[in-house]
Amino acid sequence: MSVFKDARHLFRFAGLFVFAFLVFLVVRHDVVPKSFGQYGHYRGNAIGEIAAHPIKFAGHQACESCHTDVLDVKAKGKHANVNCEACHGALAKHADDPSTVTPVKPDTAVICAQCHTASAAKPKGFPQVVPEEHSTGLPCETCHKPHSPGMDAGGAK
Amino acid sequence: MKITRRQMIVLLPAAAVAWKYVLAGTPEASPNYKMTEHWWSMLIDIPKCIGCGNCVRACQTENDVPDGYFRTWVERYNVSDEDMTNPHVISPDGGKEGFPVAQEDGEKYFFAPKMCNQCADSPCTQVCPVGATFISPDGAVLVDQTYCLGCAYCVQACPYGCRYIHPVKKVVDKCTLCYHRITKGLTTACCEACPTGARQLADLKDPKDPIHEFLKTHSVQVLKPHMATGAKVFYNDLDGSVR
Repeated sequence: MSVFKDARHLFRFAGLFVFAFLVFLVVRHDVVPKSFGQYGHYRGNAIGEIAAHPIKFAGHQACESCHTDVLDVKAKGKHANVNCEACHGALAKHADDPSTVTPVKPDTAVICAQCHTASAAKPKGFPQVVPEEHSTGLPCETCHKPHSPGMDAGGAK
Repeated sequence: MKITRRQMIVLLPAAAVAWKYVLAGTPEASPNYKMTEHWWSMLIDIPKCIGCGNCVRACQTENDVPDGYFRTWVERYNVSDEDMTNPHVISPDGGKEGFPVAQEDGEKYFFAPKMCNQCADSPCTQVCPVGATFISPDGAVLVDQTYCLGCAYCVQACPYGCRYIHPVKKVVDKCTLCYHRITKGLTTACCEACPTGARQLADLKDPKDPIHEFLKTHSVQVLKPHMATGAKVFYNDLDGSVR
């Protein structure tokens, strides 16, 4: 046993290494998030956290569940495929609490011009006018129904 | 049993570690949405885009994007017959407030909305040194903002310029394909706000999605295909001058 007796300092040293390695494993286990590596080299829980962000646009399905009268008018007109919040803005808060959060009615002289102002860059088939010549600053709803604006399709007021 | 001071020194940290796990509990699972059943992409129909800027405004509202930064933006191309490879491109404030009126001068004009291409082989996720950005199992390129160091390697790696350092959070921010909306069965904010249907969210794993028929029957391209990024934002009728 004299060999081991002389090598005791080496065993002590090896023991120190083993201990340090165990400490490393414990610390690593503690600082690396539990879900890291669940799907790949990232924190798996991050996906759920991003998915949990609140929404601001309610989506047209939410609008249509109450405003069926507007949907009926819109479905027959040229704006059938334009979603409500494209003009009325983000209204998830209104959808959550319709009585206290009421949306502001858009100014048709401004909002219609955002799309329908004539420009050579726009697709040729898209209906476009020069607002100054067409309406001289009058709100578009003076003549057009915003939800079904085509004059030939019963859209005229 | 008597606990010596030496034993106490060992036991206290161990108890602290154990208590942390007791407090943490188990993470919440998201209901009814299975990541493995989707592979998200986007279709951008160039001939339908009117450059109104609704998508840019909707994105900034939905995702609290700071002024002067963009998760999506719209460019207006002006290509002259004599110089097809050098288009004149403008994007005033990302197209947020629309574009100046273009006069009929016989030259070609069109709009090109840009956004994160949700690449299947994304260069941005490959360079992250800490695993803070990744491709989710349903195909969205996301950023774990609690893990990001803000080193901006990925900002440089993205060939489409779709990432930025958030001026307040000081970490990377980018288009999430409205991950918080699509996992709830809604479409993205930009698609919801687009009045002409120039932007369409598409699920490549859904056999009923009209994207499959569209891709078969139209002349569709992705941006920078030579970079082999596996981009999943498909552009219909894209002019060769767009890069």
